[in-house]
Amino acid sequence: MPFIEFLFKPKNELEKGGRQSAEVASADENEPSKPCPNCRKMVPLSQLWANHNTCECGYHFRMNARQRINFICDQDTFEEWDGGLASRDVLGFPGYTAKLENTRNASSETEAVVCGRTKIGGVDCCIFIMEPYFMMGSMGTVVGEKITRTFEQATKLGLPVVGYTVSGGARMQEGILSLMQMAKTSGAVRRHSEAGLFYLTVITDPTTGGVTASFAMEGDIILAEPGALIGFAGPRVIEQTVRKKLPAGFQKAEFVMEHGFVDAIVPRNIQKETVTKLLKMHSGGEKVG
Amino acid sequence: MAKGPVKAYDRVKSARQNGRPTGVDYIEHMFTDFIELHGDRAYADDKAIVGGIALLDSRPVTVIAIEKGRTSKERVAHNFGAPHPEGYRKALRLMRQAEKFGRPVICLVDTSGAYCGIGAEERGEGQAIAECITGMMALKTPAISILIGEGGSGGALALAVADRVWMLENAVYSVISPEGCASILWKDASKAEEAAESLKLTAQDALALGVIEDIIPEQELGKDTFYDKLRVKISRELRELSSLEIQELSRRRFERFRNLGVPETGGDA
Repeated sequence: MPFIEFLFKPKNELEKGGRQSAEVASADENEPSKPCPNCRKMVPLSQLWANHNTCECGYHFRMNARQRINFICDQDTFEEWDGGLASRDVLGFPGYTAKLENTRNASSETEAVVCGRTKIGGVDCCIFIMEPYFMMGSMGTVVGEKITRTFEQATKLGLPVVGYTVSGGARMQEGILSLMQMAKTSGAVRRHSEAGLFYLTVITDPTTGGVTASFAMEGDIILAEPGALIGFAGPRVIEQTVRKKLPAGFQKAEFVMEHGFVDAIVPRNIQKETVTKLLKMHSGGEKVG
Repeated sequence: MAKGPVKAYDRVKSARQNGRPTGVDYIEHMFTDFIELHGDRAYADDKAIVGGIALLDSRPVTVIAIEKGRTSKERVAHNFGAPHPEGYRKALRLMRQAEKFGRPVICLVDTSGAYCGIGAEERGEGQAIAECITGMMALKTPAISILIGEGGSGGALALAVADRVWMLENAVYSVISPEGCASILWKDASKAEEAAESLKLTAQDALALGVIEDIIPEQELGKDTFYDKLRVKISRELRELSSLEIQELSRRRFERFRNLGVPETGGDA
């Protein structure tokens, strides 16, 4: 999709015009619409939904986990696993219980990841989709456990895993136990890989911290959505540390691909097709076990 | 003045204190014939990580330390113990080399975290840490990690996916610095003391949560007797770990981490 590259030049948030909230053009009618942070036009919601939450300029708006399921899974094939697993305030962290309750109400999810089994383009697979509207997809013990179980089930069933990541990193409110989830999930990914099974990552905006430094970067093939922020440290922390202006497009998917850490950038209009093709290409061979 | 338990933030300060033994002090005092091995074979040699081969009680081992530096000059040279991706890639290279020759791996961890910088991101800090974690998890040789000062987040965990993880009495191990946590959650870095308490970052907390196996007392920290006792302890543990079949060792290492943070209420699938 070269024209998308031409139209859409993502900026890092500290760049001029990188995070503009003031929109220019107004909507044509009275139709409900929302401003595009990239081209700053008002995008009618109906148009947004018809285009999988993307603007015609190429900007990809965030999607919640259920929207993703509708977008990527074949209709009525998604079977959810461990939907009842919910975090508790294990360490007695101030304000965490209230925060969990608020975020559950706001997102209608019990946790920051939705896992299960599904078909994509007719191919049987396991899937995990992180939820940006649940504490910014932060990884606590339940997120780690659900993703680990998904890989364990997939290993048992001999199925590939498709993982959609979006995360601010490890969840502070679960302290050191959150950090340990990086090792736990990585161990499960490793075992799945050793069984000769395929793991496809799709990195979406934003994926940072402990998730980047574990299962997001462990896929056999790593795809990213256009303009997604992908990094270990956040841009602000880096700017404060190095006291220098960040390079153009710093930590955006295109920049990360240029530096060799992402296989391909796949916009949503060809995403399902691409994921399907990759799954099919990995399901041809004979598998032992 | 023995009054009440030590505050978590006092341990943070103690873990960061200049003058506290750093990685190279341990290498000098516990091992003999250390030969430093440089570079990741891809980009550079990261001096924030010092690694090589040495003898521990006449047994060859691979030792890898995150080094903060002891003087101002050293601290600058070692980037204050904040590794770049090439540091983690060097560590992983040395671990795989150890595996090939059946040497155990001993990691000494002391970092406020992996370096937050432009070059570090460009060269894939996240990917390097992820690879180090997975690589260490799959390592077919015994590994012991000791947190000797600061255990800062993923940058510390990358070298602590071991069969045994120990912490010094005043070392800390945390998902985020207390200052970072306070400024993100409460927009106030001065609440670091409160954050330190809540993050459960002390060795005592880590032991209670099953994150580490043991705490190394600090009464004699830096003295010959301190290093002697630690050396004996490592040797004894390595003998035990070496007696296990490799398959069994791998299985136990995975289970060790697999069982951390399992919710009490089961799922439904």
